[in-house]
Amino acid sequence: MKKMILALAASAVMGLGVSAAEAKTKACFIYVGPIGDFGWSYQHDRGRLDVEEALGDEVETAYLESVPEGPDAERALERFARSGCNIIFATSFGYMDQVNQVAADFPDVKFEHATGYKREHPNVSTYNSKFHEGRYVQGQIAASVSDAGVAGYIASFPIPEVVMGINSFILGAQSVNPDFELKVVWVNTWFDPSKEGDAAKALIDQGADIITQHTDSTAPMQVAAERGVKAFGQASDMIDFGKETQLTSIIDDWGPYYIERVKAVIEGDWEQVDVWDGMTEGHVVMAPYTNMPEDVKKLAMDTEAKIKAGEFDPFTGPITKQDGTEWLKEGEVADIGTLLGMNFYVKGVDDELPQ
Amino acid sequence: MMDMWQNIILTIATAATPLLIAALGELVVERSGVLNLGVEGMMIMGAVTGFAVALATGNPWLGMIGAIIIGSLFSLLFGFLVLSIATNQVATGLSLTLLGIGLSGMIGEEFVGEPGVKLSNIEIPGLVDIPLVGRLLFGQDPIFYISIALVFGVMWFLFKTRTGLTLRSVGDNHDSAHALGIPVLRYRYFAVMFGGACAGLAGAHLTLVYTPQWIENMTSGRGWIALALVVFASWRPLRLLAGAYLFGAVSIGQLHAQALGLGIPSQFLSSLPYLATIVVLVIISTNRRLTLMNTPACLGKPFVPAR
Repeated sequence: MKKMILALAASAVMGLGVSAAEAKTKACFIYVGPIGDFGWSYQHDRGRLDVEEALGDEVETAYLESVPEGPDAERALERFARSGCNIIFATSFGYMDQVNQVAADFPDVKFEHATGYKREHPNVSTYNSKFHEGRYVQGQIAASVSDAGVAGYIASFPIPEVVMGINSFILGAQSVNPDFELKVVWVNTWFDPSKEGDAAKALIDQGADIITQHTDSTAPMQVAAERGVKAFGQASDMIDFGKETQLTSIIDDWGPYYIERVKAVIEGDWEQVDVWDGMTEGHVVMAPYTNMPEDVKKLAMDTEAKIKAGEFDPFTGPITKQDGTEWLKEGEVADIGTLLGMNFYVKGVDDELPQ
Repeated sequence: MMDMWQNIILTIATAATPLLIAALGELVVERSGVLNLGVEGMMIMGAVTGFAVALATGNPWLGMIGAIIIGSLFSLLFGFLVLSIATNQVATGLSLTLLGIGLSGMIGEEFVGEPGVKLSNIEIPGLVDIPLVGRLLFGQDPIFYISIALVFGVMWFLFKTRTGLTLRSVGDNHDSAHALGIPVLRYRYFAVMFGGACAGLAGAHLTLVYTPQWIENMTSGRGWIALALVVFASWRPLRLLAGAYLFGAVSIGQLHAQALGLGIPSQFLSSLPYLATIVVLVIISTNRRLTLMNTPACLGKPFVPAR
């Protein structure tokens, strides 16, 4: 919080002197966690650094970290908009309503909201990555290397993005072992290392020998390493925290998108978009496949190649919902609308989805 | 099955230990009549120091000692402001927290993404294999043992020694204590530094035992929970021990309840520890006489001797 206040104050002061150097395009970023989380916010900040590196003198960047979702985000967004930012990247789902509110007041500022779906004004774009593609590959790996046939999933909040990941993971796992079981623990936070670690311990104690997470810290990986089970990293390559533990990790590479969008602002041809890119475009990258037998590695790489080539979509029927009703018929592929609003589990998830 | 219960108990102990240590320190501070809301800040400074020293020297014990020293030095800053200059304790404590979070983030920047050094467990051969409680009692990390020793140490000090009695009198009525020739500020300085040392140690527990890595803001509000626990325990060390473990048990229990798939909404389970705190606070406050008896009467009031 303190850092945020400081940064806000600093940006207010800078705002006074910015008009003199109007030539530079200012790209601003708002992160939900600290840039040092080595996960979600860390990767977004890497994207910001990529922008600086690629566009050099043409661009100036600023960021606010640990901005809570909700009303605080509105203040942060407004401050940024007033301080002369030309484009603002709001990098968490929970900023959705605030982005649209502030965008209405600042029609000249471009807003880019990560993982959301509301674009109420022409100056709001949304962008996301198909992380679930990576989760499917992880599910296949999990079912192949697990002895217990049970994986543990540390989940943050029951939003479509996270539910989609869980579903994709279990579908991948079932494609290898139809009886594979998935235990889910909701920690109701994106970032609390100790709590995430405790959740990992609880899941391992209850028989899971694969840990995967949709939270942002490296703690679960470390717990898995300590307890001698395997785990998947999240958002960045976490191999240093589990050299004999990490199977792979879904790496979010936001750099290319950020560079493209900031460039568009500089060149004056920014337009509203709704981007949802995945492995094909290089936004979702798998960390090296480690700590698994060769045949599993091959299976994973084959699936990855198929998804990349656009030959396979994880949400291809037949898929049954958790309550037993049919969702997708044989060969049917899920439509984007259903995925982005996903609020149900598929069959095989051992959990009740919080509503 | 036995193993699972043993592991659950161990996880609870690990979750409770930093809360217990930080809260014990604050208990002594508040008993001397000073309210230090900077626990979170001192804790995170201890966390980053412990991590950095352990990483640099390869010795987690030095990390632990470093954290204790930095914790108490950091609290001295608070002590100087509220004791020597008599600033507002609430505001000063809050800024200490904010300063600690910001400063630790800056210091720790280069350690992000580096695995830390873990303080290894002390195991007593043979006894460690006793089912269920063997590992809890004879195979834990050193800071766990320190935390238990601290509970009884603080108890003995506050209620069985003359110095402890004097410290409590300073917290209950600093004017009378002053009139009796007791150096009120000196007592408070030492209490504040003890609180800082404890918070530093609690922080070191996070980076050396709980999750041996440095991540910004990794205390995630544990300092505030420690503060609440002191009130929860009505300023009594044994109740603090019970409170910290109750809190740990509820927060770990809810994770297990979820993994078992009991079908209770996770949002409700996540809020259980806080609900438990509220319930206990309500129960305690209904007995007004008991609350008044234990609350240090001069808590949060500045003392300026010349007046």
